Amino acid sequence: MSRPAVSIQSVSKRWTPEGRAPVQALEDLSFDVAPGEFIVLLGPSGCGKSTLLYMIAGLEDVSGGTIACDGEPVTEPSAERGLIFQEASLFPWLTIADNVAFGLAVQHVQPVKRREIALETLRRVGLGDMLDKKPDELSGGMRQRAACARALAMRPKVLMMDEPFAALDVQTRARMQDFLLQIWRDSGASILLVTHSIDEAISLADRVVVFTSRPGKVKTIVPIDLPRPRESRDPRYHAYRDLFTELLADEVDRAFAEQETV
Amino acid sequence: MTADAGQTRLGEAGAGRPAPKIKTPLLSPALRRRLSAIGWGLVSVGLFAGLWEALWFFGMVNPLLLPPPHLFLSDIPGTLKFFDRSNRIGSVASGVGVWPLLFTMGSTTLRVLVGLSLGFACGVAVGAAIHYVKILRNLLLPTILLLAPISPVAWLPVAIFVFGIGDVPAIFLVFITVFFAIVLSTGAQIESVPKNYIHVARIMGASQRQTFWKVILPAILPSLFMTLRLNLFAAWMVVLIAETVGVGTGLGQITSMARSTFNAKLVFFTMAIIGLLGFLSDFALRQVQHKMLWWIAPNQGAAR
Ligand SMILES: Nc1ncnc2c1ncn2[C@@H]1O[C@H](COP(=O)(O)OP(=O)(O)O)[C@@H](O)[C@H]1O
Ligand SMILES: [Mg+2]
Repeated sequence: MSRPAVSIQSVSKRWTPEGRAPVQALEDLSFDVAPGEFIVLLGPSGCGKSTLLYMIAGLEDVSGGTIACDGEPVTEPSAERGLIFQEASLFPWLTIADNVAFGLAVQHVQPVKRREIALETLRRVGLGDMLDKKPDELSGGMRQRAACARALAMRPKVLMMDEPFAALDVQTRARMQDFLLQIWRDSGASILLVTHSIDEAISLADRVVVFTSRPGKVKTIVPIDLPRPRESRDPRYHAYRDLFTELLADEVDRAFAEQETV
Repeated sequence: MTADAGQTRLGEAGAGRPAPKIKTPLLSPALRRRLSAIGWGLVSVGLFAGLWEALWFFGMVNPLLLPPPHLFLSDIPGTLKFFDRSNRIGSVASGVGVWPLLFTMGSTTLRVLVGLSLGFACGVAVGAAIHYVKILRNLLLPTILLLAPISPVAWLPVAIFVFGIGDVPAIFLVFITVFFAIVLSTGAQIESVPKNYIHVARIMGASQRQTFWKVILPAILPSLFMTLRLNLFAAWMVVLIAETVGVGTGLGQITSMARSTFNAKLVFFTMAIIGLLGFLSDFALRQVQHKMLWWIAPNQGAAR
């Protein structure tokens, strides 16, 4: 098997906020992401999923263990590991094209070349005619696609998404999932996507990493052996849904019990 | 697809609705809004002047103390002669013209402009330095917090001791008016830049310098501009005060002379000019804001 795109080994994270008790967010977490694999991270809120993405992105340090991408230990952020947030976080003072080309501008790519790449990338996400619009002229779904384009313009090897569709309405969400699968196929990047939605996990993932409640550990990893496109009417789909519902219910119960004893 | 009004049955959705005829209005909506604003402005000022004139007409105000507009505006040549470039109390220009008036207006406006620009630029620089450099924060912030609430007017004697009589004390006072406000606001605004903006910059490989110029500064500029505009009128007030005392030219000097020579016409004429300049400078600043901060919709803080 080839070298993993992301390798997470015995990673732990302890937050030590000023003036508050330290929080053990993650403990002894290990799993690998294969090149081009679609991983969904599923777990009760507060179990450290976002924290993990931030550490893979290089925005936060690990407290223990190692994270390596393509065999190289992660020490600082890199555009090879794109991160997309729940809000698109486009810069309102830049046009869509300039937002998408932001990383290229930072790296002193010539303006003509920048615009070319921005146009090409925006076409791929279906926003080819939005180049000179302001971000707030776009709908939520379009903004999120523009944010994807901003990450994709840097040709990332790993694309991380922290609940990217949570703020969108149901119809837009379904369309965005199709869109994401298409992006995933033609970019060849590995994807790590955090979601609350069991259906989203089953529709998208090659493998679903289920977290325990805090401190977050890998509870189990579930490969989804369903051909794409996945039909929610498929009985196996239902079986997966029951499985995840059960796995999560345990953890949510545990998290609740803990909150009451604190 | 649903129709705006009425029902839509299966199979008839969107069928053969005639395209609505769009009437092209004579004036664009923006132009109409502007004309209407100007119209109301004229009505408002007209009403105010009319009331004043009426009070005068019915003998209810003394024209020597409160000369109505037609009086203080009628004798413009007579009034203009006080705007001598060497204006000192009681001096009267030999040649009469608008140039001395324009010169006086110009020098006051220039002082405001220079003071504001310097105050803004230095305020942002110091505010950012204090935010990013811990030692500077520890050294400077307590003093700045102590100095910030002091009224700019209280700085006048200091300004005159230090800079003597001339342009500098007036500029300095305007500077003080905006400087502290901008310093404090810069720190607070940098603090509140969305964390994800910074994360995006870091992921894209932006250096600290690039992050500041390409992300932080554009993110905080709209609020800083708002702070600047809020302090514009205060700047106009202090510049006049400085001019009455420590400069020797400018509109404040003229008002002061008019007051000591009991020249009510000149007082009101100068007041009208000051009002006009204040209004125009606010308008100009709004235009700058509109051009520089084009991404802010006109109803989000940019207007009014
Ligand atoms: N910057 C931070 N400082 C201190 N504690 C944090 C910080 N970020 C997250 N945490 C804590 O770490 C835990 C995990 O958070 P997070 O990764 O956001 O969870 P999730 O994304 O799974 O909901 C939470 O208890 C949260 O309060
Ligand atoms: Mg989260």
